[in-house]
Amino acid sequence: MSAFMQTLVWGIFAGAIYGIAAMGLALVFGVLKILNIAHGELVMLGGYVGFWAFTALGWDPFLALIVVIPAIFILGIILDRIVYRNLNRLIGEDKIKNSLLVSFGLGLVLTNLAQWLFTGDERSVQPSYAGQGLNVYGVLMPYTRLATLGIVLVVTVALHFFLRKTYPGKAILATAEDYESAELAGININRVYMLTFALSAALAAIAGQFVTFTYALAPSIGMYWTLKAMIVIVLAGTGSVLGALPAGILLGVVEAMSGAYLSQTYKEVVGLVIFLLVLILRPQGLFVRK
Amino acid sequence: MSDFLRIQDVSVAYGDIQALWDVSLNVEEGEIVALIGPNGAGKTTLMRAVAGLNPLRSGSIYLADKALHTLRAYQIAEQGVILVPEGRRLFGGLTVLDNLELGAYPKRARQVRADTLKLVYELFPLLADRRLQRANTMSGGQQQMLAIGRALMGVPRLLMLDEPSLGLGPLVVESIFETIKHMNEQGVTVFLVEQNARQALELANRAYILEQGSIAGTGVAQDLLNDDRVQQAYLGICPAPEA
Repeated sequence: MSAFMQTLVWGIFAGAIYGIAAMGLALVFGVLKILNIAHGELVMLGGYVGFWAFTALGWDPFLALIVVIPAIFILGIILDRIVYRNLNRLIGEDKIKNSLLVSFGLGLVLTNLAQWLFTGDERSVQPSYAGQGLNVYGVLMPYTRLATLGIVLVVTVALHFFLRKTYPGKAILATAEDYESAELAGININRVYMLTFALSAALAAIAGQFVTFTYALAPSIGMYWTLKAMIVIVLAGTGSVLGALPAGILLGVVEAMSGAYLSQTYKEVVGLVIFLLVLILRPQGLFVRK
Repeated sequence: MSDFLRIQDVSVAYGDIQALWDVSLNVEEGEIVALIGPNGAGKTTLMRAVAGLNPLRSGSIYLADKALHTLRAYQIAEQGVILVPEGRRLFGGLTVLDNLELGAYPKRARQVRADTLKLVYELFPLLADRRLQRANTMSGGQQQMLAIGRALMGVPRLLMLDEPSLGLGPLVVESIFETIKHMNEQGVTVFLVEQNARQALELANRAYILEQGSIAGTGVAQDLLNDDRVQQAYLGICPAPEA
């Protein structure tokens, strides 16, 4: 029983990171109507900022979020201005197709840039308290994982309030629903797109910082995280930003369970099978209210 | 009185297909001007061009002495030129109150938001009752009221309405037109596109007729109502609005 509980807890911890990585992708998909294949590269770059803050400056990996988040937020603004803004002139199918090409290319550029700057070595961050944690009836909960889950929950709630209760947040939701109507209401949608992309990048960066002490960090991890995030947003239902958290946790738990009870090799496959089942049986996603 | 909205030699094209050919018209301050004409004449295109959603191929648009055709759509809204688009185009997943607050997005409107909201609630008490309801769960007529309410939240100097009666029952249309008249009496200049020509002409001071992308006629609304050609083309074949 405690082995089962332990697996469940690991799954939830892993899923929290999937969730926050997917939230950013869902936000950009819902508002800009583009699929950002380079999202995983933003996760990777966020991880490197955190890695260097820890390695070169000796900052605690959670404290380092105060530089990781703004750094990648600003990178998001820059990328929106020089790359993604050019896609906004297109509409519908043209936009989504071109966004795939452009962001795939950007992903390659960012991966190679990271390889050149940081080498291809696998990195990770181990704070002094890495091995410590709570033991609840035989179930281990490392402090790093608990803090990760806590931060993901806080960020999710904060994002919810930002989108639902503030003027810029509502402008984002309005633009997602009908960008022409938003313009008619006096909303500068280019500003909305920029803010949305930067927020998405910041969410990716938070995920990236968590990757540094839970998984390995390397320039090539981007595509892995883009794919995970894509699976999660299909599970959640495209357009459901906050639904990404429960969907991410679901994916994390399913993977952990199949790793423990089927085989470690098939862990990824089971995730993809669930993805296909949802597409076939409930294509609107699990967490979309209709 | 001087021209308030001045549209000069405006041409608009979608790709190779030209929709408007050198359209010129003007709206004076305090007027209600209707634009009538058959389906596909380019009425919506002209409205969207004024609002900044369709780029001009040539020509110019001025509000008072301010050029609108060089501005982006959100800046035109900031100037107080507010369009209620065809089909209402509400933010359906958001609440009634959110829709209204978003209507007051321009700084100029946001400063007086609380007062305007009170006015809109007086005009449409139903919106106050339903302020926390999602917009897409309301009936067509209620949605049209919300669309107008959202536009009023932007404190319009020029209120443009594109087919406000579309898909609505006669009673609802009646009350929408009452509201437009009331707003006009409060000092809002109105520029209106309608397929329901009779009702539009009864409401308006003046009207323009748009056919195949060009102005085919203009006059005082009352005269157009009695004009033989207009009666044949737009009033005879115009049945009472469908329920």
